[in-house]
Amino acid sequence: MKPAAFDYLQAATLDEALDLLHEAGGDARVIAGGQSLVPMLNMRLARPAVLVDIMGIDDLRKIEASANDIRIGAGVRQAQLEAWPNLSARLPLVAMALPWLGHVQTRARGTVCGSLAHADPSAELPLSLIALQGSLHLRTKRKRRTVAADDFFLGMMATELGEGEMIEAVSFPTRREGTGYGFNEIGRRHGDFAITAVAAVVTERSASIAIAGVDDRPRRFDVPLPSDPGLDDALNEIAWDLNARDDIHASASYRRELTRRLGRRTIEEAAACLV
Amino acid sequence: MNEHTRPKSLVGKSVERVEDASLLKGRGRFIDDLPTRRDTAHAAFLRSPHAHAEIRAIDTEKARAHPGVYAVLTGEEVANLTNSLVVGVKADVECWPMARDRVRYVGEPVVLVVAESRYVAEDALDLVEVTYETLPPVIEPRAALLDDAPVLHPSLGTNLINERAFRYGDPDAAFAVAAHRIAITTAYPRNSCTPIETYGVIAEYDPGEDAYDVTANFQGPFSIHAVLSRALKVPGNRMRLRTPPDSGGSFGVKQGVFPYVVLVAIAARVANRPVKWIEDRLEHLTASVSATNRVTTLEAAVESDGRITALSWDQIEDCGAHLRAPEPATLYRMHGNMTGAYAIENVTIRNRVVLTNKTPTGLNRGFGGPQIYFPLERLVHKIADELGLDRLDVIRKNLVPSDAFPYRTATGALLDSGDYQSALDRAVTEGGLDELIARRDAARAEGRLYGIGFTAAVEPSVSNMGYITTVLTPEARAKAGLKNGAQAVATVGIDPLGSVTVKVASVPQGQGHRTVLAQVVADRLGLPLSAVRVNTELDTNRDAWSIASGNYASRFAPAVAGTAKLAADSLRGRLATIAAAQLNVTAEQVEFADGKVFDSGNPDNSVSFARVAAASHWAPGTVPEGTGQTIRETVFWTPDELTAPTPQDGINSSLCHGFIFDFCGVEIDRDTGAARIDRYVTMHDCGTILHPGMVDGQVRGGFAQALGAALYEEYAYGADGAFLTGTLADYLIPTVLETPEPVILHFESPSPFTPLGAKGVGEGNCMSTPVCIANAIADATSVEDLTLPLSPSKISALIHGEEKPSAKPKRDVKPMKARAGERTLSGEGSAEVSAPREEIWAMLLDPKTLEAIIPGAHKVEKISDTQFRADVTLGVGPVKGRYRADITLSDMVEPEAVTLSGGTEGALGSGRGQGRITLTKTETGTRVSYSYEAGIGGKVASVGGRLLDGAARVVIGQFFQSLARYAGRGKAAKSASSGILARLRSLLGRRA
Repeated sequence: MKPAAFDYLQAATLDEALDLLHEAGGDARVIAGGQSLVPMLNMRLARPAVLVDIMGIDDLRKIEASANDIRIGAGVRQAQLEAWPNLSARLPLVAMALPWLGHVQTRARGTVCGSLAHADPSAELPLSLIALQGSLHLRTKRKRRTVAADDFFLGMMATELGEGEMIEAVSFPTRREGTGYGFNEIGRRHGDFAITAVAAVVTERSASIAIAGVDDRPRRFDVPLPSDPGLDDALNEIAWDLNARDDIHASASYRRELTRRLGRRTIEEAAACLV
Repeated sequence: MNEHTRPKSLVGKSVERVEDASLLKGRGRFIDDLPTRRDTAHAAFLRSPHAHAEIRAIDTEKARAHPGVYAVLTGEEVANLTNSLVVGVKADVECWPMARDRVRYVGEPVVLVVAESRYVAEDALDLVEVTYETLPPVIEPRAALLDDAPVLHPSLGTNLINERAFRYGDPDAAFAVAAHRIAITTAYPRNSCTPIETYGVIAEYDPGEDAYDVTANFQGPFSIHAVLSRALKVPGNRMRLRTPPDSGGSFGVKQGVFPYVVLVAIAARVANRPVKWIEDRLEHLTASVSATNRVTTLEAAVESDGRITALSWDQIEDCGAHLRAPEPATLYRMHGNMTGAYAIENVTIRNRVVLTNKTPTGLNRGFGGPQIYFPLERLVHKIADELGLDRLDVIRKNLVPSDAFPYRTATGALLDSGDYQSALDRAVTEGGLDELIARRDAARAEGRLYGIGFTAAVEPSVSNMGYITTVLTPEARAKAGLKNGAQAVATVGIDPLGSVTVKVASVPQGQGHRTVLAQVVADRLGLPLSAVRVNTELDTNRDAWSIASGNYASRFAPAVAGTAKLAADSLRGRLATIAAAQLNVTAEQVEFADGKVFDSGNPDNSVSFARVAAASHWAPGTVPEGTGQTIRETVFWTPDELTAPTPQDGINSSLCHGFIFDFCGVEIDRDTGAARIDRYVTMHDCGTILHPGMVDGQVRGGFAQALGAALYEEYAYGADGAFLTGTLADYLIPTVLETPEPVILHFESPSPFTPLGAKGVGEGNCMSTPVCIANAIADATSVEDLTLPLSPSKISALIHGEEKPSAKPKRDVKPMKARAGERTLSGEGSAEVSAPREEIWAMLLDPKTLEAIIPGAHKVEKISDTQFRADVTLGVGPVKGRYRADITLSDMVEPEAVTLSGGTEGALGSGRGQGRITLTKTETGTRVSYSYEAGIGGKVASVGGRLLDGAARVVIGQFFQSLARYAGRGKAAKSASSGILARLRSLLGRRA
């Protein structure tokens, strides 16, 4: 369990990182917290020729709050966001989801944007970003673009990121007046990959849920309000609409059942936060 | 306070462990910490990605030429320098540590590379090319017995490597007259106790003396030393085996390092330098050892009052691909205890040992216990339910009576001591069973799912080295020479200044042997704990040892610590004689306490221990004649009760028998199916308790591992033999967050057969807890047929009933067809193409076309009209690998349909798939319909299972989409998955 040889380059500035990614092309990977990439390197599942470490770039380590969103740089570790004093007030859904993300030790190293770039279908941060309809700020040496979360996650560990492109920051829309949030997750053990995780966003007039762990990417659906008798049927259709998989930890049928039961529970909890 | 009236005994107190200061400060000396010679090289193994395959060719040329590589060895080359490992039953089968012409489990070593570093060695592994021809695997033990089952070992001609039938008492009569016959069939899964430190071996070969010197974190039994010497073709005195000072856990598992001792020793010989190998976690989970999985049918003859008069066992034991020493010991370790804690006079047993395409099995904490208590205690639960009796009453009614000890069981065990009824009664009272029942009733009244489970068990300790010969017929046993006993050894030495050193061949793995031995010996010699220092490293060239040496079968407290007491007593007797002369009293009047030796009638008449002890060193002439020296005493001890199997196959398989009674309350979450342990009470009678803190530690540790077996852990295999739990994200060990604190209770019935009255205690909960939790879940769900581990998904299927269907028409709903636990997937789809069928048909036979449409293809060669070979790069996210793919066309109906079947091989694993393509004429061209089925094995399946299904689906879908697009040359009708191209671009990087 030793990695194949690679070049390791520390970038001091964002421009330097982008230059290095540009030069190395498809054989380069960005390394930030390394919590997903390093095990893959050690098992030789991933064999990039070049690793560009972005953790030395000061500009990327900022959490910037504005009226409508919180912008989190690519160098911000999950623990740093967890410790951000305004988290519960400004991003209550993320505050609920973060404790489920791995363990204290992995959050101390892992970054927010690294989890988004890895795009594990069970992961809590992509789920939260989809639920809140946030967006990602992507950069290459030549261009910058902002991509909606819905367009960023393409499938199992597959994202919209192109060659030489990296996430510079992510923007989470902040808490809105008159909105309730809910989050629930079922895993085998604390800190495990979610079998099913559900995030709900509910207002007086609308409700939506986002679900991770079932399909090959987190997906969001508008649903009837919790008081609507049609909610259970709607959740059932969502359960069948997701391409639930069987694996050694849970059957597809179990994942659908959790979508129904956890879906309702989470929507009700989000609605309860409204008042 | 008068110093002589202080409580003197250290034994029985939870003294601070002498091991902990260095361990907690990171100063432990584990095998990977040990100094090695400057020229030490490092080994790495190429392992089989297939469960069952013939090895057609191994090309090691590039690996041998790689800079920094010292040696590359195939199984054939190893075999040329060694003998096959000894197999424990009479059967025409060989057992090689590395595959020769055939691989029989995923992870089996195929090639060994020795290089200047582990990095370089692993680089070289990537350069080895092995050509396999896959064979159908057999995974399930019952399937292994079918007439048409694939046979693992052609020389054996069958997968049934051993079968024996036993009969004790008059079971036929008991069953004939029984009021009821109640039976249960269970399948106990594969799991392991998973030490945090993996295997490690450092080996050297001295050509001058033709001798090996090996340090390995082996744990015993040292009967394996004989296996090693024979395999390496040297006398035992040229196979020096040493163990490191500290070990990071074993739980039996480290016994299984021995095949690697052979391999690394041979590697050192061939590479002509010391070689070190530290197993990594993937290697450990995939290919170290596992406990056996077992299918059992157990039937009881039962009276109307619940009294069991006979048991009939039918056990099918799955030992994996090879029967490695000491297997089939898992099946026979409990042979004397097949009636558990019950007095049942009549027993039949049918034991079958089968081989399957899974990792060979070996020692594991609880060894053979969980496999028998699961069916036995599930059956007792079922008997009560079927007869409408109270479950606890049925247990009580059948327990061995309190006045019956020592009690000879039907199958030959001599239960040494106990009072099972009283221990049970105390557990019920002190553990609060009434309150638990009230909680259950309250929960049920609220509509919650809550159940209570019970288990009674006997925990054997100190194995009879002769028990395994029960696998032989009485005639074969007599011919081979009867085997019995279990030699324990301890040495106590006193240096010239009077400090004491204890040396035992016990090889601890964190249990605290050094502390307990210091307690025992300090007590006997009247010394403070700090005056005694204990060494537990073992060196077969230097130390006293025997085949029974090592740390297994819970033998430390009853046998090893007891032998240390005997050695200390022997020295004490001589010291008393020397002191008596100095004190002018008789030896009988001499007492030892507080570092002094004194006249018990007049404590002021004393001399220091150091002065008495010094006599043998400094003034042997002053030692009374005939006393002998007091410098060093080595005692070997084997208990008389451990006799060889009788001609009637009765076997006292273990010396001591502790008693356990457990009960627990478990609640099931109605929404999620998750089981929560509300309370767990565990009562232990392990005889005299030497160190209460360590005994409770053993109980807690065993309980945590048993909780894993009950709810979380399984070494899972796909139907194709792919190993599916190669990481600790898939093999789920409960952490402290999942493990509740059990209520631990004690009852002490000293063993009359051991020097200190102690019995083993380390394995009991691994035997009793899995079934106790299952019994509670059966009570909560009213479901009888339960298979561990009871995951929320499994329990959900039991309680949630039929799934609510979709309201949409069926054709819109496309659930994936892959079955749980199998790394196989299937799918179907179609695309409209604006080209005639004939044109598409021609494309399928053209390598240039295939090169364009096979995802990630670099080159496609045509081997024959129906055979192609492709070189492809496939991946998902950062996971990328290069593979060689062989594709065969068959069932060709031109121009309507063709079947493509193929296999791939690469460093990350292997894949096999089959797709049927149907071409249907439409108004605008052709409809290309496809269906496929694929399986993936090797490393990727073991560690990346979560990611594979989606990735393979994308890649396979892409092939057919490309076919359609290529055929339509850009004019293809828009397909259902139009986003697939963007996805593939990111999947395959710039190759796409």
